[in-house]
Amino acid sequence: MRGVTSARQQHQLAEAGEPWWRQRESERKRPNTRTSSTIPSPLCASSLKMACQALQSGESLATLKNESDSLKKKLEEERAKLHDVELNQVAEKVELVSALSIRTRRVLKGHGNKVLCMDWCKDKRRLVSSSQDGKVIVWDGYTLNKEHAVTMPCTWVMACAYAPSGCAVACGGLDNKCSVYPLSLDKNENLAAKKKSVAMHTNYLSGCSFTNSDMQLLTSSGDGTCALWDVESGQLLQSFHGHTADVLSLNLAPSETGNTFVSGGCDKKANVWDMRSGQNVQSFETHDSDINCVKYYPTGDAFASASDDGTCRLYDLRADREVAVYQKDSIIFGASSVDFSLSGRLLFAGYNDYTINVWDVLKGNRISVLFGHENRVSCVKVSPDGTSFASASWDTSLRIWA
Amino acid sequence: VIVFSWPDSGAKRQRCVTCYEGKVNRASWENGCAAVFAEALHLGNLLVRYGYIYPLKEPRALQLKPDESPYRFQTPYFWISTRWPATELDYAIYLAKKNIRKQGELMEYEKESYSQLHKRINHTWDFVVMQAREQLRASKQRRKADRMVLECQEQAYWLINRPPPGAHDALDMGPEKGNVVNSRVNLIENSKRALGRNRVKSSICLEGFVKYSEQYHNQDPIMHGCLPSNPWISDDPAHWALNADQVSVPTRLRVERWSFSFMELLNDSMGRKEFMTYLEKEFSAENLCFWQACEDLRHGETSKIVQKVEEVYRQFLAPGAARWVNIDSKTMDKTMEGIKHPHRFVMDAAQMHIYFLMKKDSYPRYLKSELYKSMLAKAIVPQETKKSVFPFMRRQRHSSPSPAKVIATATEQDGQGAGQAGANSSAVSQV
Repeated sequence: MRGVTSARQQHQLAEAGEPWWRQRESERKRPNTRTSSTIPSPLCASSLKMACQALQSGESLATLKNESDSLKKKLEEERAKLHDVELNQVAEKVELVSALSIRTRRVLKGHGNKVLCMDWCKDKRRLVSSSQDGKVIVWDGYTLNKEHAVTMPCTWVMACAYAPSGCAVACGGLDNKCSVYPLSLDKNENLAAKKKSVAMHTNYLSGCSFTNSDMQLLTSSGDGTCALWDVESGQLLQSFHGHTADVLSLNLAPSETGNTFVSGGCDKKANVWDMRSGQNVQSFETHDSDINCVKYYPTGDAFASASDDGTCRLYDLRADREVAVYQKDSIIFGASSVDFSLSGRLLFAGYNDYTINVWDVLKGNRISVLFGHENRVSCVKVSPDGTSFASASWDTSLRIWA
Repeated sequence: VIVFSWPDSGAKRQRCVTCYEGKVNRASWENGCAAVFAEALHLGNLLVRYGYIYPLKEPRALQLKPDESPYRFQTPYFWISTRWPATELDYAIYLAKKNIRKQGELMEYEKESYSQLHKRINHTWDFVVMQAREQLRASKQRRKADRMVLECQEQAYWLINRPPPGAHDALDMGPEKGNVVNSRVNLIENSKRALGRNRVKSSICLEGFVKYSEQYHNQDPIMHGCLPSNPWISDDPAHWALNADQVSVPTRLRVERWSFSFMELLNDSMGRKEFMTYLEKEFSAENLCFWQACEDLRHGETSKIVQKVEEVYRQFLAPGAARWVNIDSKTMDKTMEGIKHPHRFVMDAAQMHIYFLMKKDSYPRYLKSELYKSMLAKAIVPQETKKSVFPFMRRQRHSSPSPAKVIATATEQDGQGAGQAGANSSAVSQV
């Protein structure tokens, strides 16, 4: 597969002295992230071939493509029919957000390398973070104490998640796996020894999340799929196919029936999935570049996305369309991560230009910019009780803001 | 966006002052308008990081300092947007030039890169050396001042494109992504299905967002503050203690939140307990028990599924069961069929039925009940903590028991905490 370097190759190249990804410089995207990525149209060569094999006699590739395109156009028309008002029009009557005095309240130092991901514990003060050098640290954010640390055998641990019980963490990255580490307070305990390998993908792990219990794990991967795993046995319960490129992020829906999740990927699509059937129930494609992060609105009726095209967008699931775009001409760097405040009124977004922007979800304007990080912001998450939000950055630190 | 003033000394030196959005007046900058200054500083910093401006005094400190240090604009020839990615060949030529010029006094990391390059592109090494010599010769023919400027520019370019180990690498993109995948996407089917779905008018959906944010405004600590104070700001964890899982008297905000939706009531362990108490009075507690058992089944270990399904059947569905739940016959039949081949979602339909039964019937009555009203009446509204007299004295921050401690005693107990979205906070010490 063009462009794919296996984990083993990566390690070999790393041993040869140059970071493996430098080898591919000529093929890389430019730093100016306003250009759209070079993903070919969804009907790529290989799936076209598959479509050919399943064709009835008489049909041709051209008619298939025409059908697909015309259906897409019809879909847009149908969606537009019920769009009778814009969000900022509805929000006109709402009061402006009064000036927020959000500042850094804690700086968590301890990682030796870029921090790639973090997750809060349900106890509202602890969090887990993972970094490029393979270290996973569990902190008490309030006291700044490091409570647990484990070094993964791989670099670029891009995903980590805290178990709902607070008794374990899951993490993974370039090892293509997601492993669960039970947390123990026994000082002599070697966390790495108790590690449990749960998920196995064929490319890097980009995101992981426990479902409502410690027993099931949802993962997203650079191999273009998401998967649901049984933690105890490591069994694959369900896999989700539909993205045509790396899946970069996933988020579970907070709805009553609790059966869906959304994922976003390099194919610029955000897909909503039914966990039971594995089916893709809704799909949105309005971004101009990779979607780095997706996050549900507190009710579960909508979700926000952050993309390399520098915008964040809000999609409503019942109206089945994009309803807001959070962008500014002066923002030319990609957005890496988003999260909502507890009431859903504020959207916190971390960007590759080292800043965090606070947006008014309803009115669509930017309320403030938060400076402090000295390198890309890789992850932004609001604490479970909404009292603060944490940001992880490539400058090796995490910050807690309130 | 950028304003620079030309001081009297020589035309080559420039001072760089960044101002926000064309507001050129030095006065507003000197006013110390913090927000504007912060953004200007940030923008300037980015320009330095990406090599469009470089510092003259300390070339390796690629950061914008808000003082009088001089900076210079990089020539467009060396802009990243013009020449990217920097080629190995160019780097080799640069290092070769430096080597010749400084007679072997390269920096450590440059020496390493040099020898690596020498191995890798050995086949063109003659060309490299020849080019290096040519460029050195050509530069000797320039005026000294021009030659120095060019050297500075070139050095700045390479500090960005080949940063020393440990230095900020502005061009670091992270692991490669954007692989094309063999996908089983059937776009036509997906589109057909999407066409058939029911949509809701935008006005209704969007109104929902407005209502939600108004309803939850007071609950949102970042928007509205929280009582007695936000622990992160005041270093006082009282807010967490007052809102712990199990308290004798909950806060008013918490009890009010139970009335927002049935989901809010169930998500709060204390609310759930209260609701259970209410249902027991109404002799319909089996509904909530059934729902909880189904949740446990849905989210529990795969190995326990068969056993749990049997338990649920025995306790709630079998004729004459101790806690028989009232499900309509159609759903009951479907469930019975499913039980023959038990799986994780076999109780979904029944669970949904009971859930909506509670939501439509028991829940509204609970909110009108004496039990709820008295709970609301005695709920506390914490006093707002007055800002301390000496704000510089930081309070000691106390740790809380880690949820991980529970692991030693919990593992033996079957399914304990596994099915519930169990929260562990500072008040919980027992399993």
